[in-house]
Amino acid sequence: MAAPVLCRLWSGRRWALAYINRGSRHGAGTPTGSRSSGKREQSSVVQQPLITAEKPRKGEHKWAAVVGLEIHAQISSNSKLFSGSQVHFAAPPNSLVSFFDASLPGTLPVLNRRCVEAAVMTGLALNCRINKKSLFDRKHYFYADLPAGYQITQQRLPIAVNGSLAYSVFVGKKRSQVINKTVRIKQIQLEQDSGKSLHDDLRSQTLIDLNRAEGQLRVDANISVHHPGEPLGVRTEVKNLNSARFLAKAIDYEIQRQISELENGGEILNETRSFDYKLGCTVPMRDKEGKQDYRFIPEPNLPPLLLYDSASLPAGTDPQQVINIDRIRERLPELPSVTRDKLIQQYGMLPEHSLTLLNEVGLLEFFQNVIKETRAEPKKVTSWVLNTFLGFLKQQNLAVSESPVTPSALAELLNLLDRKTISSSAAKQVFAELWKSEGKTPAQIVSEKKLELMQDRETLEQLCHATMEQHPHVVMDMKKGNPRAINKLIGLVRKATLSRADPTVIKEILEKKLSA
Amino acid sequence: MKDGCAHVIPVAVVDLSFSSLSFAPCGGRQGTRTMLGRTLREVSAALKQGQITPTELCQKCLSLIKKTKFLNAYITVSEEVALKQAEESEKRYKKGHSLGDLDGIPVAVKDNFSTSGIETTCASNMLKGYVPPFNATVVQKLLDQGALLMGKTNLDEFAMGCGSTDGIFGPVKNPWSFSKQYREKRKQKPHGDKEDSDWLITGGSSGGSAAAVSAFTCFAALGSDTGGSTRNPAAHCGVVGLKPSYGLVSRHGLIPLVNSMDVPGILTRCVDDAAVVLGVLAGHDCKDSTTVQDPVKPFVLPNLTDVSKLCIGIPKEYLVPELSNEVHSLWSKAANLFESEGAKVIEVSLPHTSYSIVCYHVLCTSEVASNMARFDGLEYGHRCDIDVSTEAMYAATRREGFNDVVRGRILSGNFFLLKENYENYFVKAQKVRRLIANDFVNVFNSGVDALLTPTTLSEAVPYLEFIKEDNRTRSAQGDIFTQAVNMAGLPAVSVPMALSNHGLPIGLQFIGRAFCDQQLLAIAKWFEKQVQFPVIQLQELMDDCSSIFENEKLTSVSLKQ
Repeated sequence: MAAPVLCRLWSGRRWALAYINRGSRHGAGTPTGSRSSGKREQSSVVQQPLITAEKPRKGEHKWAAVVGLEIHAQISSNSKLFSGSQVHFAAPPNSLVSFFDASLPGTLPVLNRRCVEAAVMTGLALNCRINKKSLFDRKHYFYADLPAGYQITQQRLPIAVNGSLAYSVFVGKKRSQVINKTVRIKQIQLEQDSGKSLHDDLRSQTLIDLNRAEGQLRVDANISVHHPGEPLGVRTEVKNLNSARFLAKAIDYEIQRQISELENGGEILNETRSFDYKLGCTVPMRDKEGKQDYRFIPEPNLPPLLLYDSASLPAGTDPQQVINIDRIRERLPELPSVTRDKLIQQYGMLPEHSLTLLNEVGLLEFFQNVIKETRAEPKKVTSWVLNTFLGFLKQQNLAVSESPVTPSALAELLNLLDRKTISSSAAKQVFAELWKSEGKTPAQIVSEKKLELMQDRETLEQLCHATMEQHPHVVMDMKKGNPRAINKLIGLVRKATLSRADPTVIKEILEKKLSA
Repeated sequence: MKDGCAHVIPVAVVDLSFSSLSFAPCGGRQGTRTMLGRTLREVSAALKQGQITPTELCQKCLSLIKKTKFLNAYITVSEEVALKQAEESEKRYKKGHSLGDLDGIPVAVKDNFSTSGIETTCASNMLKGYVPPFNATVVQKLLDQGALLMGKTNLDEFAMGCGSTDGIFGPVKNPWSFSKQYREKRKQKPHGDKEDSDWLITGGSSGGSAAAVSAFTCFAALGSDTGGSTRNPAAHCGVVGLKPSYGLVSRHGLIPLVNSMDVPGILTRCVDDAAVVLGVLAGHDCKDSTTVQDPVKPFVLPNLTDVSKLCIGIPKEYLVPELSNEVHSLWSKAANLFESEGAKVIEVSLPHTSYSIVCYHVLCTSEVASNMARFDGLEYGHRCDIDVSTEAMYAATRREGFNDVVRGRILSGNFFLLKENYENYFVKAQKVRRLIANDFVNVFNSGVDALLTPTTLSEAVPYLEFIKEDNRTRSAQGDIFTQAVNMAGLPAVSVPMALSNHGLPIGLQFIGRAFCDQQLLAIAKWFEKQVQFPVIQLQELMDDCSSIFENEKLTSVSLKQ
């Protein structure tokens, strides 16, 4: 089903607008533009203002850019927003189409409870005001993949408004400096998705898939530039951006294009553009119809959507018949920003590390499971999970859930390291073994490969002594005060132990012998 | 008036001519040939008692449908389906497992309700050949009760009209055009020999359903009612036409005209029958979010014997100059009837009535523009041959698929919905709609139980006269007393009262409080009993067409109360 939520976020002069969709055409869809990407019903739309980038231009004029995003996100639900037909990723074309989805005359929309709950939850997570009464509207345009000739959306009174999302940006050469930002969300709206058009240019045909849901996020970016203190400039809309990378590239390109255009005496047209990801530039979409009048009208077949909280819930109401905002708030999982703060506080983690932990699906849980089972320092665990473990995953393009190394195995390995049973370099070796030989424990690998640290001090002292005797000129160097000479000796001793000795212990013995 | 209000309607003496009718004796076994003249409840009793089998009844109706084909009441006759259903029904009766009052009862359905496997055209080129894969909820409910679907009835294209003259299958002829009552009156007039060209319209847009019930081809029919489309033809065809409260009966599967006003309507030969059908159809439907959540219990209409506790309102704004003298007189007479039996009859005011028809026009065309957008030739229905571009295909398909009336309403509606017009037209009309609905609320809050009004301005007019005006003018006149009820979502019923001087039926309308449909029907039933509206005498027609009634005269149909 398609339940789209539209969120608009505002902050500073940039704005971003996001839709969360569930299989329906996004809010500001152009009906006549050539579109080959599918649209889903949307469950929520977020419109949020981004931060304005003020770029000084050669000391002359300053330009400020304003960006608003309309984000279309699909709701994770079993059935569509307004019909009982199912939602499956990559289902055969037109295999999940109810009579309503095909717009057979006489069919009526029936709102999916799950989609409403998801929209409310999204609104709560984005600090929105939840409207206890919201309305549905029809937005009209003719397009082959819009069988009803209109799309059901929430134009006048959406389910949630006036929210915000705080986020961090890394700046500086090493991207180690963190700046906290907030983007405002204008609204979240439930919206039905359109179908998907596949254009066959060779045969001049368009094939339509009314399954709708495809499980992707789609963003339209509205962009304008102006001089600070002056009115906002004319905006363009870059449509159908489906990755964060292209979104950023499209916005950057469009800002520069507009500035160049204006500085060269040109003007900006209020138009829709698409992003050519091969050329890395935006181009006008061919919209024969020109500006659309969507002729909005209230959707007469859906009564106002009423939500309650525990205080306003009428007594004796069947819980199945109503949606209680407070119940949904209780079910709201810990939000990422809270989790990140906790990680920073609890483990002394760097902010950027907390971000990485949360950005990779399953990584936080993996980390927490390791922490639970190991005595190793949290910083050590963080380093191993983010560097070694994540490095291996990335190298092989695996998800956390596909990792051959379990949290328990890594925890055991870190325990061995912590107890100084093995050295750091041996630990890396063990990890590599774990990765390829499933079923073996770290202890087994250490034992098989004889990787334990040499614990016998007497043996170590003998080895040190023998090494010093064999390399008198190095010892001489040291005595002359060359600070690096001792490292050479340490290396020689370690080599003699087949890297199984702790270098700090070797150093200690050597220093003791030299000063004796 | 009792409360001191002046009664605005002058009381005229009208000869109701009740004495010209003859009724069959109550009780006693009726031959099957007279079965068709019975009411639904009577024939249901006959089925239960084994006086006739569902198959016999079905065949009788099918035969009559063929003989009255010239009425053009049916677009599709679903003979095979009906006979099969009759067979199933017969098996149930033999086992003693009847499904209820509707088991084995022939019914007809307006051709804008989706019927699984049976073409559903809306009398439009656009949907010619369209066979829905599902049943409208109301159709399904009838079938679940064992009713026999005789066919799909004629209408104005997409129910846009009030004459049943503007569909692609041609106009429906009013059975009363061929009645003994009408013909006898006409013989007295010089132009009596032009009978064939002087047939009367049924009213509309559910004219096919009204004619089907009136001509005894079925015992109940579904109409739809957006601005009066069930009540108007009911009044012209001398049958009962019920528009239930908005939200009481599911619209799922009804091809919409105006979603916020459409309701499935019920056409029957008496009020009790309408109540039986309503009892089956009413209730929540998970496929229609605008239906009531509260469970609706089955009910039997009470026999109202005492009307002294009733308060009947007579809205003064409904006395318009265009109202015919005869209708005016009967309206007054009806008011007097209630008053003489002890009811309180008061003049009331619905002050925004005069704005209603214009407001209705804006809201209706706006929703029409939206609802008709889906007919683009892609998924179903008509598609033109032009394939140079999608846009060209849309344009030609819609040009060919819709008649002038539909296209005109689409254009008007889109105009009203344009960004620059929306506030000035659509929003204003919605506000007026609220005022009109509040007018009714205020009247009912003042203690009025039901409003009594005319259903139509006059009796049915000849087709040739009717088509002199354009559809829009006709609709504005035809819906004048009925559409405000749709804007307020109230229940209303047209009950035939008497014959005009031309021998044609005149109906009056009762309007009730929202969701007080049962109370409304109880009042209507009391009224029906008082006025004893005459049965249509079609034997000449039947004789002309080698009557199935053979030796038995139609005057012998029983009207047991």
